[in-house]
Amino acid sequence: MKQLTVILALVALTVACGGGSSGPVRPPSEASSTGTTQINGAGATFPYPIYSKWFSEYNKLHPNVQINYQSIGSGGGIRQLTERTVFFGASDQPMSDEMLAKAPGAVLHFPTVLGAVVPIYNLEGVGTQIKFTGALIADIFLGKITKWNDPAIAKLNPGISLPSSSITVAHRSDGSGTTFVFADYLAKVSPEWKEKVGANSSLNWPVGVGGKGNEGVAGLVSQTPGSLGYVELVYALQNKISYGAVQNQNGEFIVPDVASVTAAAAGALPTMPKDFRVSITNAPGKGAYPISSFTWILLYEDPQDKNQARIMTDFVKWALSDGQAMAAALGYARLPEQLVPMEIEQLNRIKVQ
Amino acid sequence: MFVKARSGSDFGFRLGTGAFAALVLAIVVSIGIVLFRESILSIREFGMRFWITDTWDPVAAQFGARPFIWGTIYSSILALIIAAPISLGIATYLSELCPPRLRQPLIFLTELLAAIPSIVYGLWGLFVLVPLVRQLEAAMPENLRQTALFSGPPIGLGMLSAALILAVMVTPFISSLAREVLKAVPRTQREGAYALGATQWEAIRVALAYGRTGIVGAIMLGFGRALGETMAVTMVIGNNPTVSLSLFAPQYTMAAVIANEFTEATDDLHLHALFEIGLVLFIITLVVNALSRMLIWSMNRRTLAKARRRVEPAALGSAA
Repeated sequence: MKQLTVILALVALTVACGGGSSGPVRPPSEASSTGTTQINGAGATFPYPIYSKWFSEYNKLHPNVQINYQSIGSGGGIRQLTERTVFFGASDQPMSDEMLAKAPGAVLHFPTVLGAVVPIYNLEGVGTQIKFTGALIADIFLGKITKWNDPAIAKLNPGISLPSSSITVAHRSDGSGTTFVFADYLAKVSPEWKEKVGANSSLNWPVGVGGKGNEGVAGLVSQTPGSLGYVELVYALQNKISYGAVQNQNGEFIVPDVASVTAAAAGALPTMPKDFRVSITNAPGKGAYPISSFTWILLYEDPQDKNQARIMTDFVKWALSDGQAMAAALGYARLPEQLVPMEIEQLNRIKVQ
Repeated sequence: MFVKARSGSDFGFRLGTGAFAALVLAIVVSIGIVLFRESILSIREFGMRFWITDTWDPVAAQFGARPFIWGTIYSSILALIIAAPISLGIATYLSELCPPRLRQPLIFLTELLAAIPSIVYGLWGLFVLVPLVRQLEAAMPENLRQTALFSGPPIGLGMLSAALILAVMVTPFISSLAREVLKAVPRTQREGAYALGATQWEAIRVALAYGRTGIVGAIMLGFGRALGETMAVTMVIGNNPTVSLSLFAPQYTMAAVIANEFTEATDDLHLHALFEIGLVLFIITLVVNALSRMLIWSMNRRTLAKARRRVEPAALGSAA
């Protein structure tokens, strides 16, 4: 019977995604008799904890505003935004030019917080942080380096006695922004990765086993001696898994934490495009952790519902200022301060009248 | 007058229930149509190659479903090889041998297994079963490791873990149905066997043989369930699209890849390829059900021809 459930879920999704274009679109909000405005959004799972915190805090300040967010994944968020079934979308990767062209109106990207992806491993007796370079991680995930005591690893980590065991590679099996950021970084530092694998939320992995979700990969790594995987920084911090330092463009080995992720965004500021559709992996700058990424809220420049547009722009302003202080406690890196005025400028372009 | 009114309400009743029956047909047909329509890009692009190629590369937009088809069918067959004898053992014990005081608690416990959500099975699989399987794999003698069935590094995740967890999940279904089938076997069958001097074991064999169409139906129902199981399998199978005979190799199933990649699939072709996987699963499930029907039908016919006796309708009902 389970297969029927899956098929029915697919059908339901189709109706939700595809049906919206043909049938009459229900207005995304209904002002109820009490005067409460509801705003619906959908998208990435990665920022869900901070977004729900923000929405509930914002609701305390503005009791008549209720923002609902469904963490259905970045792809689903972009589709629903394009179908106008939700007022705002959220994504861990910027929309491509093709996707923007498909949307019925101009879509603006607003970076909200930052996340990072960290290499995690399970090596008994090796308590210290193992150092990695991007090229090394790429070679391991390409299956070119298969033993922990390979000279390429030993050279970076003198003084650590590395076992001769095989490396079991663990990766995400579900489509994920985490995978996109990780692969995007590897594609920048390894031409071979770029050519053979590329960057996407789901990949054709050359080697390794797939775990579902951060918890799946973390579970695999914590149980499998000699394994190497990757998870979101938040996840590694909360679950006390050994994670490594990664060499950045300056040649520094950076242990990931929220400060070094913010530094990566700051390093990318000079080359920041006006629409904020930017990858900040392998960012230049002192102390920048190289596998970092923005996560974005997506809004139409000319939204249909002006009341919701007013509320949402106010909310984003609040999230960019007061909201940032809540990020670190949840394991997210805050935006560099210089970025906020640039975003406010773009926010003012949204037509609220 | 009275008679007429009653036949009128009979007609309405027939119409109403008929409409419900037609609804089932309409749902099945519309699912098929939607799956076909939503996978049209992939069908046009790959055609029959979709069924027989091995590459699944969302970046290069190359999609072939063979590893998923293989993984789904292989894991389900392995699960049945494990679960069918166990389930029949449970069913036989509960219906023929069990002391009456123990029967209800045991029935309750086996049916409780069916009520556990599959994500819970998945977590249990990942944190309890997989480490055990890894130890088993590591302890496997080297000469056996050379064979195709046991090759590969001892990761724990893979076909064997998936088959074991599926076996646990389908056991309550098969055993409950098989027990119902055995219950439906007429007392006279067993009494006749005993009267001819049969031992208890021989009498049970008579009952099992009598209910075999129903038992085959129960096993096929378990197979259908194993084919579509998603969450628990994806957590322990290793999610690696390869075609391998090895029980230790990480592999992938159709339901798992849909669950894994659907939410983040932004590219249209990728999305359509995932829908086509759904369509393939749908077709395979239909074929499996049709084959099991045919199997039951042909067994019935043989039984009828041989023994010239009618099969108890209850047993047939359970087979469905």
